[in-house]
Amino acid sequence: MLRIIVRRLLLSIPLLIVVSGITFILESFVPGDPARSLLGVNATPEQYDALRQSLHLDEPLVQQYWLYLQGLFHGDLGRSIFTNEEVVTTVAGRLPVTLSLVVGATLVATVVGVLFGVYSATRGRISRRIIDVVSLFGSALPNFWVALALIAIFAVALPLLPATGYVPFEDSPQLWLSSLVLPVVALAIGGVALIAKVTRDSMLSTLGLDYIRTLRASGVSRRSIIWRHALRNSGLAVSTTIGLTLINFVPGTIFAETIFVLPGLGSAVVTATNLHDIPVVQGIGLTFTLIVIIVNLLVDVAYGLLNPKVRSS
Amino acid sequence: MTVPTTTEALAVQSRSSWTRTVRHRIIPAIALTVIVLVTASVSVAPLLAPYPPLKQDLLNSLAGPSGAHLLGTDDLGRDILSRLLWGGQPALSGVAVATSVFAVVGMTLGILAGYLGAWTDRVISAVLDIMLSVPGIILILAVLAIFNQNVFAAMFVLGLFAAANLARVIRGLCLALREELFVDAARVSGLTPFRIMSRHILPALTGQLLIQMSLFAGIALGVQTGLGFLGLATPAPNPSWGGMVGEASQVIEQHPLFLLVSGGIIGIMSVAFGLLGDGLRDLESDRRRIAGSGRPIPLSALASAESDPHPADPSVLLTVRDYSVAFGTSSGPRTVVDSISFTVKEGEIFGLVGESGSGKTVTAQSLLGLLSENGGIVGGAAWLGSQRISPATDQELRKVRGREIGFVAQEPMVALDPHYTIGSQLTEVVRTIGEVSSGTGAIRARSLDLLRSVHLPAPENIMRRYPHELSGGMLQRVAIALALAGSPRLLIADEPTTALDVTVQAGILDLLRSLRDERGMAIILVTHDLGVVADICDRAIVMQRGRIVEEGAVEAIFYAAKDPYTQQLLASTPNIARDAADPGRDTDG
Repeated sequence: MLRIIVRRLLLSIPLLIVVSGITFILESFVPGDPARSLLGVNATPEQYDALRQSLHLDEPLVQQYWLYLQGLFHGDLGRSIFTNEEVVTTVAGRLPVTLSLVVGATLVATVVGVLFGVYSATRGRISRRIIDVVSLFGSALPNFWVALALIAIFAVALPLLPATGYVPFEDSPQLWLSSLVLPVVALAIGGVALIAKVTRDSMLSTLGLDYIRTLRASGVSRRSIIWRHALRNSGLAVSTTIGLTLINFVPGTIFAETIFVLPGLGSAVVTATNLHDIPVVQGIGLTFTLIVIIVNLLVDVAYGLLNPKVRSS
Repeated sequence: MTVPTTTEALAVQSRSSWTRTVRHRIIPAIALTVIVLVTASVSVAPLLAPYPPLKQDLLNSLAGPSGAHLLGTDDLGRDILSRLLWGGQPALSGVAVATSVFAVVGMTLGILAGYLGAWTDRVISAVLDIMLSVPGIILILAVLAIFNQNVFAAMFVLGLFAAANLARVIRGLCLALREELFVDAARVSGLTPFRIMSRHILPALTGQLLIQMSLFAGIALGVQTGLGFLGLATPAPNPSWGGMVGEASQVIEQHPLFLLVSGGIIGIMSVAFGLLGDGLRDLESDRRRIAGSGRPIPLSALASAESDPHPADPSVLLTVRDYSVAFGTSSGPRTVVDSISFTVKEGEIFGLVGESGSGKTVTAQSLLGLLSENGGIVGGAAWLGSQRISPATDQELRKVRGREIGFVAQEPMVALDPHYTIGSQLTEVVRTIGEVSSGTGAIRARSLDLLRSVHLPAPENIMRRYPHELSGGMLQRVAIALALAGSPRLLIADEPTTALDVTVQAGILDLLRSLRDERGMAIILVTHDLGVVADICDRAIVMQRGRIVEEGAVEAIFYAAKDPYTQQLLASTPNIARDAADPGRDTDG
């Protein structure tokens, strides 16, 4: 168990280096340079050189990257080219919004997906077909379009929920919740379908296993067999899928936050991309990578908890 | 088998093959047609589009559908249909770029890793691991931030990183292909690795490649239009599908149809790519499936249950009469147990003998309603005492399972839930059966008693163990303890010793015999091993192809087998053949 976690953590180091390295190399291809765009056309050559020096732009690329990595190590992600705000501050301020979106969507997708999956594994083939169709559309329809359709229905046609905007939890928990309902649902839909499908398939194969027959033959109730024994065995496949879904939700926030105008990381990275504000894109990219790493770690821990063989070794 | 059941099952079968044709042939064909038609019209947009994509008509903005504008106009009075046709060009060419990169890179890495193996495989697999963990969208955004709105560079990056998924799949297939005979033959005949890879391995992977490409094309379309929607791909005012969804979102209230058609075309294409991929996958698995062993189809009807009262012979515990079991398969229902009749008396050990496929296990399982979903009792019935147990509903059987009839399965290693301790499973069964008062102490004491009764040492210790921590013989004893929890009158043991070592087998058989002696419980022993039958059974039936070919007291079967099949079985079991030839010797072992 511990070995798996340590291995995961060791693997995450090259991953972070690769992600930051790729963006860094790409950055070097940019025509023109940040110093020029920061200063504008009226700057004197002296000003220009001074800024280049303070930004370490006059040093070789490898040296620059090394400085960047050192900064990373001290929690320094650089400054936004446009607002000159510390990227760390931007990320810290916006992370709660993105996290509440991702965690909310994961909870919704998990609960609804698992319930639907178990139901269709144990009751009849019609619901199996329905899941197939729903999951096809759920995964095929572009999620930005689903989000817009939700707005058109639940905010415009039936004015039940706010179409856009965000209210911090501290201001009003109730408005906070209602501002998150539509974004969470829009994000969760694709995940619901996937989780339901995996739960169903995995339950169906588990229900055919020998020990389920032993339990049935021993007179154990159907409810206990389904919820205690079969679902537990499907836990591995389902928790992997939940992890995968969560990882997919992270880039999904880019659309959800833009459409519902939420001040999270996703909407910030779109703005930064449009402005060519590379330190911000880089910093948010690393944050997203870190989220992926943490989720993978949690999935590994869940594996250990669910599987006594892994736990005891 | 009764006639109505057969026709009903056949009806089910033909309906199912019809839905299969629809799902595997017609739907993918429609999907492909849609993709081809849309792609073709988009690529000849200059010829088809009724208006230039940028031509404004401000007096006629946000108009509904009309003869002049089939899908209406947008907020600047531009013709929506024309813009959809033109706007498909960046979307579909982006998909083409991403999908080509995906296919070329994924196939190359996958084949190299899978076919060459060794260190090539290790290096490539490590690279794939990293590629799969990188959040692709972030790199795409980085590319877009750096190369101003160069959507092709972005789609290239998307294809590159997604290729890791394809490479994984292909690598797995290659590892399997490498062992195939035709590849061996090519290698022996001296072909170079490159030639083997391109001539022999590549074609075998085409099916899987097409599936993955189709599914990925759907994803790529979502990403491309998503970037367009965010305003990162095609600069306004040029039309693009994603950008049009963005424009439509500004006028949701005034012109909902605009949102519907601009998102709709993306949705239709995505669904078509998805359906094409799924359809190709089904075709591929159809091709691989061995003819005749198709997907089972449920029999819809149970036999019209006989309500014959049980003949009043108090010594008879189990009566099985004219009993037939069938399974639905894609080639129609197959009768596995054909009209068999036998009785089991109180306290006797009864052998149910036959080779695999003779129907013995199916008979045993069906008595407890444990058949898989596609199996059912299609004739006759079975009674325990005077209570009919088969056919019976799940509700009725719950009172029988564990309480009246205990069941011990063939493979002890998989017969227990690997996720719970022995104690947890045993106490659950004891609690469910409810023979002891519900106090935790009483339940635990009863569980420990059960483990002692199957002669397991240190039961407290066993209670804390997980199944994977015990040996096969110990697990089989635990499984027997589970079956004894409800003090059943009849124990059905399905090949209880087959999966065990010879030395352990004898112990389990001794245990069964002593349990019968102590409790007066009858045992049905399902086995293919005539040695076991000779060892502990009182009476037996021999089954072959679903029918009973021999029945009676064990001595009678061994010394005066009437049926040629039984004689053959006896002759193939050396020590029994010798014993039979020498009637003076006692067969008790």
